[in-house]
Amino acid sequence: MAEFKLKLRRYNPETGEAPYWQEHTVELEPHRSVLEAILQAKNNEDGSIGVRCSCKAAICGSCGVRVNGKPGLACHTHLDAALASAKDGETIVVEPMGNMPVIKDLIVDMDAVHWKKIQRVTPWLVNREPVPEREYIVPRESMVDVTQSMACIQCGACVSDCLSMEVDPLFIGPAALAKSYRFVGDPRDDMQQVRLKDLSEDPHGIYDCTHCFKCIEACPKGVAPMSQIMRLRRIAGNDHHIVDRNNGDRHERAFVSLIRDHGLLWEAELLPRSYGGDSWFGKFHPHAGKELLSSLPAITKALLRGKVTPMGALKPHDIPAKDLEQVQRIYKTVEEREERVEFNLYISGKDEDLLPSSTATEEASA
Amino acid sequence: MKVAYWPGCVSRGFTPELHGSMEKVAPLLDIELVPLDRACCTGAGVIAEHSQELADSLNARTFALAQQVAGADLMMNICSTCQGAQGECQERLDASAEYRAHINENLAPEGLEYQAGIANKNFLWVLVEEIGLDNLKSMVKRPLTDLRVGPFYGCYIVRPTDRLGINAENPRDTYLEQVIETLGGTTVEYAGSQKCCGFPVITMNKQASLKQAGTHLADAQDADADCLVTPCPLCHLNLDLQQPLAGPVVGRSLQMPVLHLPQLVGLALGLSPKELGLNKHVVKPTAVVDWSTSVVGAVGAGAGGW
Repeated sequence: MAEFKLKLRRYNPETGEAPYWQEHTVELEPHRSVLEAILQAKNNEDGSIGVRCSCKAAICGSCGVRVNGKPGLACHTHLDAALASAKDGETIVVEPMGNMPVIKDLIVDMDAVHWKKIQRVTPWLVNREPVPEREYIVPRESMVDVTQSMACIQCGACVSDCLSMEVDPLFIGPAALAKSYRFVGDPRDDMQQVRLKDLSEDPHGIYDCTHCFKCIEACPKGVAPMSQIMRLRRIAGNDHHIVDRNNGDRHERAFVSLIRDHGLLWEAELLPRSYGGDSWFGKFHPHAGKELLSSLPAITKALLRGKVTPMGALKPHDIPAKDLEQVQRIYKTVEEREERVEFNLYISGKDEDLLPSSTATEEASA
Repeated sequence: MKVAYWPGCVSRGFTPELHGSMEKVAPLLDIELVPLDRACCTGAGVIAEHSQELADSLNARTFALAQQVAGADLMMNICSTCQGAQGECQERLDASAEYRAHINENLAPEGLEYQAGIANKNFLWVLVEEIGLDNLKSMVKRPLTDLRVGPFYGCYIVRPTDRLGINAENPRDTYLEQVIETLGGTTVEYAGSQKCCGFPVITMNKQASLKQAGTHLADAQDADADCLVTPCPLCHLNLDLQQPLAGPVVGRSLQMPVLHLPQLVGLALGLSPKELGLNKHVVKPTAVVDWSTSVVGAVGAGAGGW
């Protein structure tokens, strides 16, 4: 047994009083969970502590909280690990999740945010017609592909810390978009094109993700929602040729072509093409002109300060011709494939997992 | 030490002062830079979004070129986004011999091959893990006394922690603070240090992007920071170049200089602000440098110094 200092954020919006911190000392084995510590404080010291939990086994997804500022399941966080990440080295700080309103103490309103967003993406299978008399027969690989997004337990940890949602509350968000991939990736679903068009055109859809990895870090189940969002983008652009009004597809295409043509990024060309379309003429498109105009304060300052010179901006930065040829040959090889080659660690695992640890170490050092 | 040096694209494009300051600082730290000028862009996550195999092949080519640099101790980059994008590809390439062989086939016509296990480190990691903070401290000629610096990491270099090798032994998500203190400065705590600068969505949702940059800058300003420091040129674009646009979005008057990591190190090692390209920033680093005397420090730096 060991003593642990717990600091809980208490708040009951119905009282009209401000939130406050409350400290408790609990006695538990270090391998027990933060949830058990909270429950001990609730049972022994203050029965009014609000916390939601059920299975205590990282299955039900009820006890999402922030421990020392990081989101996760209280039942899936060991006390010794929590202590190790304590900012002051001794106090385990537990707060409610972010991006959702607090109902009471550690309980947030999942209905108001998380579930609304899940409903937004039509979270069920729409049968591909004709519906077979018996079961659908699908290739095994295609179902393996969606298992990662199916592992979601709806705990809301990724929603809690989504940095896009922090500045744009309308962003559909990591959990719902991962759920959406679960159906876009399912060959039995009949609405892939409709789903992707919808999520691409929505200003708060797949192209509103800022690629911050917060959801990947937060997820206790390895769902990697951001990776699923990138899959949605890949399929929307490459397979369904959806050119969205948010510049998402144009930006991706412009970026990929500029590296193919020059080897290095040419920023002054990327920006207008993202708005006006992926060609040298993109910058003359009215959308590119409008954007240029709105960015004038920044551009003028950059020019005045000598940060960017007109010549430097107008000239591409090419790698040597021979190397550019190599890059272009790689592009050709990959783009000519009939099927995309993807390697997902979640599904394949690492080689060393299959080997005895000594062999793996030897291999790594060799 | 000798490193295969990957400067990235933006450090030679819209933030030339980053590559420039790295070249000035390297000899003082006894780092020999062997530029990988045959290598192409890492894809910054965007090529991977388009095609994972393409991104993995292009980066495997860069790794293979780095492995050909004779006598290099490791590969070094000066961009959080490069670190993250390359790290993601490396994780896949190192995980499976079969997948690696497949990608290496794409490099074979030119006789290139990536051997698993390259050490690729951002300049920040090199400072702490290779050069060492005690060593760095002994090289400081002009301590950043009284300079209040807010760290700004960039997402790609702090998440996901397991891929980036962030753990109790290598707390890489605290290195900026450690370097600031080693150089004699004071670390400023504020909410945004490990959040997103907003750059990746600047063309897709400009309002949200600028709101992110503006919020972090305002938070740092409220915490009395004199400047921010970042190891990522893309963050620098949104925090410095876009600062005139970010202020109005969050309804604040912003005046927060943003330094590249090699610039901050260079100032402490005695280089002049101009040598480090500090005059190229959109937001004048008035609070950081007294231009008339080249003395570093927040105190006594007159507003009309520049």
